Amino acid sequence: MEKTINKEQIRKPENLVYRRTPLLVDVPLSYCPGCGHGTAHRMIMEVIEEMGIQQDTIGIAPVGCSVLAYDFLDIDMQQAAHGRAPALATAIKRLWPDKFVFTYQGDGDLAAIGTAETIHACNRGEHFTMIFVNNGIYGMTGGQMAPTTLPHMRSSTSPYGRDVEIMGFPLKMTELITHLPGTYYVTRQSVHTPANVRKTKKAIRKAFENQKLKKGISFVEIVSNCNSGWKMNAVQANKWMEENMFPFYPLGDLKVDGQIVEKK
Amino acid sequence: MGELRLMKGNEAIAEAAIRAGCDGYFGYPITPQSEILEYLMAEKPYEKTGMVVLQAESEVASINMVYGGAGAGKMVMTTSSSPGVSLMQEGISYIAGAELPALLVNINRGGPGLGTIQPSQADYWQSTKGGGHGDYHLLVLAPASVQEMSDFVKLGFDLAFKYRNPVIIHSDGAIGQMMEKVVLFDPIPRRTDDEIKKQCPWATVGKTPDRKRSIITSLELDPGKQEQVNLRLQAKYRKMEAEEVRYEEIACDDAEYIFVAFGTSARICQKSIELARAKGYKVGLFRPITLYPFPVNPLRELSTKIKGILVVEMNAGQMIEDVKLAVSCSLKVEHYGRFGGIIPTPEEVTENLISKVIGG
Repeated sequence: MEKTINKEQIRKPENLVYRRTPLLVDVPLSYCPGCGHGTAHRMIMEVIEEMGIQQDTIGIAPVGCSVLAYDFLDIDMQQAAHGRAPALATAIKRLWPDKFVFTYQGDGDLAAIGTAETIHACNRGEHFTMIFVNNGIYGMTGGQMAPTTLPHMRSSTSPYGRDVEIMGFPLKMTELITHLPGTYYVTRQSVHTPANVRKTKKAIRKAFENQKLKKGISFVEIVSNCNSGWKMNAVQANKWMEENMFPFYPLGDLKVDGQIVEKK
Repeated sequence: MGELRLMKGNEAIAEAAIRAGCDGYFGYPITPQSEILEYLMAEKPYEKTGMVVLQAESEVASINMVYGGAGAGKMVMTTSSSPGVSLMQEGISYIAGAELPALLVNINRGGPGLGTIQPSQADYWQSTKGGGHGDYHLLVLAPASVQEMSDFVKLGFDLAFKYRNPVIIHSDGAIGQMMEKVVLFDPIPRRTDDEIKKQCPWATVGKTPDRKRSIITSLELDPGKQEQVNLRLQAKYRKMEAEEVRYEEIACDDAEYIFVAFGTSARICQKSIELARAKGYKVGLFRPITLYPFPVNPLRELSTKIKGILVVEMNAGQMIEDVKLAVSCSLKVEHYGRFGGIIPTPEEVTENLISKVIGG
């Protein structure tokens, strides 16, 4: 008699290779297929679950693609005006100093309209975590040029490519804040391969753990793709990101435990 | 009985904030209100009551710090003067839209633009009609003395939490800078963490298993739901209009003519009443204390007993629109204003009442 295995026999804990953290709300994400935001969300919530700090975490959502992040993350959250997430987080962390507070911002939010709030929160050495998703474009509004758009890169407001003579240069905000005394941990990661996802999760974990030390900002940039804005499919976008974004925005730690990492 | 002190209006606001149990002040220097931040930094309430005081990088940042702190259930405030308050308008709209309690102060100076650092009342429209984008109202308190600068801090926080709505103290550089005696109310302890969680179940203080997550947002993309949000806000404003009107009548019992004025202008009009009565004219003063909700019904009732009104403002004629609406243009309503930082004298106010309203 042929032996059959039913589903219940397969669904055993020892066979489990992936589980959605219950801290991610079970609703469809508003992100485009292939986008890195969903993975970045998952890494944050896995860290919060593993640290057991759901009851003590307050997140700040920005204006941009992740404006609705509070719909997906099962923690208390506030939605900030465009660019102002670090101002909200500053107040919340100072008023509830034992809570874990993090901001989640895109490149337009953090490095254009919110430049002052970003730099001053970092320079004051606030004790919260900043997650910076950099895809070099304004995704939600339909693919306009961002402060991080690469030279010659096309967008709907740089349709012939970013001409730095006219449009100025991309802003390396992560390098910039590395040199401020108020930042304690600065790193740049990506979520486009399983290996990179693991590194990013480790970085986010460190960035949250650092809040206990009260030694300043922990800042995690995630270089990500925007296949819709870049007009590519997901595979092309990841390849393009490796070939073009990473040389300009190299992955790795920039500052660890308050010490700038010297380039070899 | 509270403590008697001689203080500047700005200092009274700062001292009252500490005494009211305020959790956090976020501000940026601007004349003529910088004494508030200076006083707080000198007093160091963070060592006494635990109140956070922070000088922000801009008014844009300070109002958004207030937004964050208010969303987390804390009793928070900011203060500024006209150009700075203009910068805050986006944040104020968010706070109103997200229905959060917060106390704001505008020590008006002359405008438009960078204007002048001298006193003015030219931000009446901005405070009472919205200021930022969208259909919203602040609850607007207009102090006319240093005593009221202190008292309205406590009242403002009470009303802000009662309605989950931002309250603005609409004052001017004269009251901010002048010194008067003030009886300070006794200090109220800051709320404990548990008291905050009980009072503000909507606040972001960390999600516990016994409740849904708290989300502070003014975003609702579905127009049907967004209309419901607006209807809820409007119902709240109607409730304020029914229950929170405050005003003062001075020498109105036998008055044939009245001034309508608030803040510094109302103080000047009190002297103008004496000057007018010395000349034999029966003159009184109606002083709106809440500029929003405007005291429509009391003024309408008073208007049936008098012959004419002079609205006195340190602007080109803003509150006069609310006065005319209140009395349905049923009697003569004229305006006298000085602007750009000029404060009218009692004599010129009385002369204008006689020439524009009584004799005209």
